[in-house]
Amino acid sequence: METMPSKRSKREWEKLEAVAGNGLLDRRAFLRGGAALAAAMTGYTLVGSAAAEPLVDDPWSKLPGNLVPAYGVPSRFEKNVVRTLSNPNGEPRTSHARTPHHLLNGTITPNGLHFTISHAGNPDIDPDKHRLVIHGLVKRPLVFTLDTLARYPMVSRMMFVECGGNSAPFFSKEPIQASVQALHGLASCAEWTGVRLSTLLDETGIDPKAKWLVAEGADAPTLSRSVPLTKALDDAMIALYQNGERIMPGNGYPMRLLLPGWEGNMNVKWLRRIKLVDEPAMSYYEARTYAPILPGGKAYQFYFLQEVKSFITHPSPGMMLKEPGFYEISGVAYSGNGRISKVMVSADGGQSWAQAALQEPVHSKAFARFRVPWNWNGGPAILQSRAWDEAGNVQPTRAQIVAVRGETTKVPPVTGFPSQHYNAITTWAIERNGEVKHVYA
Amino acid sequence: MSMRKLLVFAVVLALGSSAAFAQAPNLGKLISPAEIAAWDISILPDGTGLPPGGGTPAQGAPIYAQKCAMCHGPEGKGGVNAAVVGGAPLKDMESAKTIANFWPYATTIFDFTRRAMPWQQPKTLTNEEVYSLTAYILALKKLIGENDEMNAQTLPKVKMPNRDGFILRFPDKL
Repeated sequence: METMPSKRSKREWEKLEAVAGNGLLDRRAFLRGGAALAAAMTGYTLVGSAAAEPLVDDPWSKLPGNLVPAYGVPSRFEKNVVRTLSNPNGEPRTSHARTPHHLLNGTITPNGLHFTISHAGNPDIDPDKHRLVIHGLVKRPLVFTLDTLARYPMVSRMMFVECGGNSAPFFSKEPIQASVQALHGLASCAEWTGVRLSTLLDETGIDPKAKWLVAEGADAPTLSRSVPLTKALDDAMIALYQNGERIMPGNGYPMRLLLPGWEGNMNVKWLRRIKLVDEPAMSYYEARTYAPILPGGKAYQFYFLQEVKSFITHPSPGMMLKEPGFYEISGVAYSGNGRISKVMVSADGGQSWAQAALQEPVHSKAFARFRVPWNWNGGPAILQSRAWDEAGNVQPTRAQIVAVRGETTKVPPVTGFPSQHYNAITTWAIERNGEVKHVYA
Repeated sequence: MSMRKLLVFAVVLALGSSAAFAQAPNLGKLISPAEIAAWDISILPDGTGLPPGGGTPAQGAPIYAQKCAMCHGPEGKGGVNAAVVGGAPLKDMESAKTIANFWPYATTIFDFTRRAMPWQQPKTLTNEEVYSLTAYILALKKLIGENDEMNAQTLPKVKMPNRDGFILRFPDKL
């Protein structure tokens, strides 16, 4: 029997309230449920469906399945859900692995897809031999093994980590056509579990002269960063677990420093040493790398914060909208200043805005998933999202960022880092053929 | 000052240097500076942490040619990795950052070279070699004299041209 589009359902669908231009619908439509939405959804499904084929049993329904593995991996049909690598052959330089935001949903980045940056490969650390030493301006210098740290009181928290250079392609004077993975893939979010750094500093005691600490990894470059002691005593953590399991090698196994909401590079991986000092060490990464040059030649020092930001992951460049009709616009928002309080979405390049639904619970300094129902009419559309955080910060426009920070005069490679700390609004254009393009608006 | 900080300072004062805190598990093991020494490689801009020894540009030149030039190019002019000399005056985000035009402190050269270079074999240079390389790099851009020795006393005194070229982004976070 054929299922034909129903005129009556179509009319119900069109009754759904548009709250902003170009087909953005009320975010509460789904939460409300009820007759109007049910009818509308039915209408959408029917309108969009070809005649159904008779159902049959496929081979996997007629034989026992595969052996159950000791450690599960995704279906073989998900082979393309991987990170992109900037240095797959391990040449003598930094390696970046970017998170495929467009192939994920929710707020948690699976451990194998969490972004990583390693400046000289991932060390193969034997956890029994690893040590964490805390010394310098302390009362009692102490050394900890992983086994002893595992006995300490622990806390878990959701937290995003973002490279200070994430989204750097947006400094290009022209929009670079690339996926959300290439453009925003150096940010991820996980549940981290570990020991508060303040607990360990309680035990070492703190010399009142101490104002900073130097955190240092056990990797080949012995990466080190200076961190103000106020942050260490506020919410810093020595993390041992990532989404419930031990931290991945690329994310700092067996332990890393976590500074919620602060520049990724400061969250020192493979952490082996913390030295309390009276002034910052001016290590390579704070003195040189993460000091973006401003127009005129002065440079920002100690940027530290990852400011309020959002971007749409669905739809995003590389995707095709196959036909007009219902779509859910969805993305992630986060702020180093606390919780996301509001995300607005526009389908007409910022002329009108609809408030997005935020998936509860919204955690502080973590990804928040936002969603807005959308009826695409098949015409051109300009999609944007804009986030606010609980501290009252609002995501800037690109023009606002460029006014302060400048932009390039040439189009840089998409893997380049012309500057850092870009958090402005991202814009995707939907073309008539359903193609999604990166544009500036 | 936050309540948390007040509390920490109050407890530190109350218990003094020998006591650990009752509420901490106290599983950390005391460790002496001598036992930490091999890992204690942080250098501060005032020179704290710089080891004994020294080196001159002339001593650094052959070490550079042997261990650094394959990536950073002859005489620091750049190769598959960044140049260590050169760099026009800073103008905007497209200006190349080099030691001479950007780095605020000369101590960072010693600190980073000793901990991270050469890329393939970090932590294999002796302190003398690191001082010599630091002197060689600084002399290439005439930031020191050709015969100046770099050591724990002289290195922190090198005035880098861009020392005052920075704006604190979030002073209230420091």
